[in-house]
Amino acid sequence: MATVETADSATLDDEAGGVRRRDFINIAAVSFAGAGAVATVFPLVNQMNPSADVLALASIEVDISAIETGQAIKTSWRKQPIFIRNLTEAEITEANSVSLTELRDPESLADRTTPGKENWLITLGVCTHLGCVPLGAAQGEVKGEYDGYFCPCHGSHYDTAARIRKGPAPTNLEVPEHEFLSDTVVKIG
Amino acid sequence: MSFPWAKEYKPATEFGQWMDEKLPLPRFIYNSLGAGYPAPRNLNYMWNFGSLAGIFLVVQIVTGIILAMHYAANANIAFDSVEHIMRDVNSGWMFRYAHANGASFFFIAIYLHIGRGLYYGSYKAPREMIWLLGVVIYLLAMATAFMGYVLPWGQMSFWGAKVITGLFEAIPLVGKPIQELLLGGFAPDNAALNRFFSLHYLLPFVMAGVIILHIWSLHIPGSNNPTGVDVKGPQDTVPFHPYYTAKDGWTLGLALIFFSIMLFFLPNFLGHAENYIPANPLSTPANIVPEWYFWPWYAILRAFTVDFLFIPAKLLGVLAMFSAILVWFFLPWLDRSPVRSGDYRPRFKKFFWFGLIPCILVLGYCGGAHAEEPFVMMSQIATAYYFAHFLIILPLLSRIEKPEPLPNSITEAVTGKPLEQAS
Ligand code: HEM
Ligand code: FES
Repeated sequence: MATVETADSATLDDEAGGVRRRDFINIAAVSFAGAGAVATVFPLVNQMNPSADVLALASIEVDISAIETGQAIKTSWRKQPIFIRNLTEAEITEANSVSLTELRDPESLADRTTPGKENWLITLGVCTHLGCVPLGAAQGEVKGEYDGYFCPCHGSHYDTAARIRKGPAPTNLEVPEHEFLSDTVVKIG
Repeated sequence: MSFPWAKEYKPATEFGQWMDEKLPLPRFIYNSLGAGYPAPRNLNYMWNFGSLAGIFLVVQIVTGIILAMHYAANANIAFDSVEHIMRDVNSGWMFRYAHANGASFFFIAIYLHIGRGLYYGSYKAPREMIWLLGVVIYLLAMATAFMGYVLPWGQMSFWGAKVITGLFEAIPLVGKPIQELLLGGFAPDNAALNRFFSLHYLLPFVMAGVIILHIWSLHIPGSNNPTGVDVKGPQDTVPFHPYYTAKDGWTLGLALIFFSIMLFFLPNFLGHAENYIPANPLSTPANIVPEWYFWPWYAILRAFTVDFLFIPAKLLGVLAMFSAILVWFFLPWLDRSPVRSGDYRPRFKKFFWFGLIPCILVLGYCGGAHAEEPFVMMSQIATAYYFAHFLIILPLLSRIEKPEPLPNSITEAVTGKPLEQAS
């Protein structure tokens, strides 16, 4: 119904092929608002990312002087367990004797340690299956069929280089970025 | 509901058709905010603030939910957690400032919206229920904002909580137990902070519910308009969409520009520096004042300085402050003039612009100032006028005033042509 003498689409517009001048204003306004909405949504989502104080605790330094050969310690980094193991000669030999082609996630011990410090195996204590803490770091815990770590949740066996050998976990225990600040201090993260 | 000439919703797609049969939500939106809602063609900019207030409520809810993700409602760490939001959380400063300033913008919108209703007689029949629900929304907003201001647990937060809950102490006999009940203690502490946080989170959603009722009851008679004359035919209306969606969108853009200016350049302009000092129960700030949007009511509270008829001054102040808002509930029956719009009420118009509005501005100014002369006396005079306006002037005016002739229709008022010819 033609109401008042306001724009009734049929009368005012229809310049060429149904394109109305008002369409331009319409598209421009909606695009502008859309761009603004996208720009606003970014911080709305990004605020959920780790905040500055969480990131500030993102690296730790660990004194490893007290860890004897054959021992391991558990510590915590970014609220997750870390295993630091001082491998024995026998464990190193065992790790190096495996052919990489046999492995589900092929990596050599050298790939996972620092040159000259191959006895220091530093990994996250987080099973790559669903995130349980594997056993084997503390004295007397089961180390699994491959003498490394064993995850009791769903039975993942890791070898002396903490590589996955048997069970549901898809990859080796993760080696976090780390650096030896001296012979006795390692910085993780 | 609505007018017989309202456009009928027709689903454009097969999916729309399917939806319409199962859950006619798009039809509901179409009939309430879309082309299916015919609105008077002559609405002026004062009709833009309802939707604006609604949008700022959404801004408060979105920023508030985000703040709540990082905030800790514990008296030992609440203040630090707000500083954590300001310094550590990604864009946290922006959300906090948006929330603090968003509250002010919400109240600016709602005050203009209420003022529109007062001037154009939108509270009169058949719109009494819309008005009553509006007063409920306003009361909820005040409670929400008050409790929100306590959450950062700064000096103003703490003393604000103490003073406002102290109002209940004025009630004879049961006052003290009521105050202790509200606080869960003898002074604001962890118990109070936690319940305030819980309610501060809840009440905005209650408000959203009452707003739905408010709009529902609006859509029965339809919007009032600057002439106050009823809609008489299709020529008097235009579809809400695109006409008023576009108009509301334009003022929303303007409001967001002002909001950004406050948020990014003057974020603390409306706040109190005192609230960046952690709450200290042993030291009161020199001048405790609420946020600006409470100033007029605060002035009424402080206007009572002497006991009267055995009623202690403190109780009088509290009663007056609550009555100042509660009187709005009776407004539709205090103002009996059948003419809605102030435009056609020569005397009402003068009392409105030269009486009520200056009176509220004076109250607002005094409420923010130190409680000393001349502000106390000014508050007393303005308080007296405020109540006189609602309880004496409006009822009298509706008897003695001779209104100006009303236009025959909205269309005639706008085009000068009678309704039948304009088409
Ligand atoms: C109309 C609705 C609302 C109003 C008027 C309002 C008002 C306020 C005010 C005035 C403050 C103090 C700001 C300051 O000085 O820091 C505040 C703080 C807060 N509000 Fe709201 N708010 C509303 C809705 C919400 C909602 C829905 C939530 C949660 C879902 C929320 C969560 C918070 C939190 C966590 C704080 C403390 C952080 C801070 O102080 O910035 N608010 N609110
Ligand atoms: S979580 Fe370790 S095996 Fe499933």
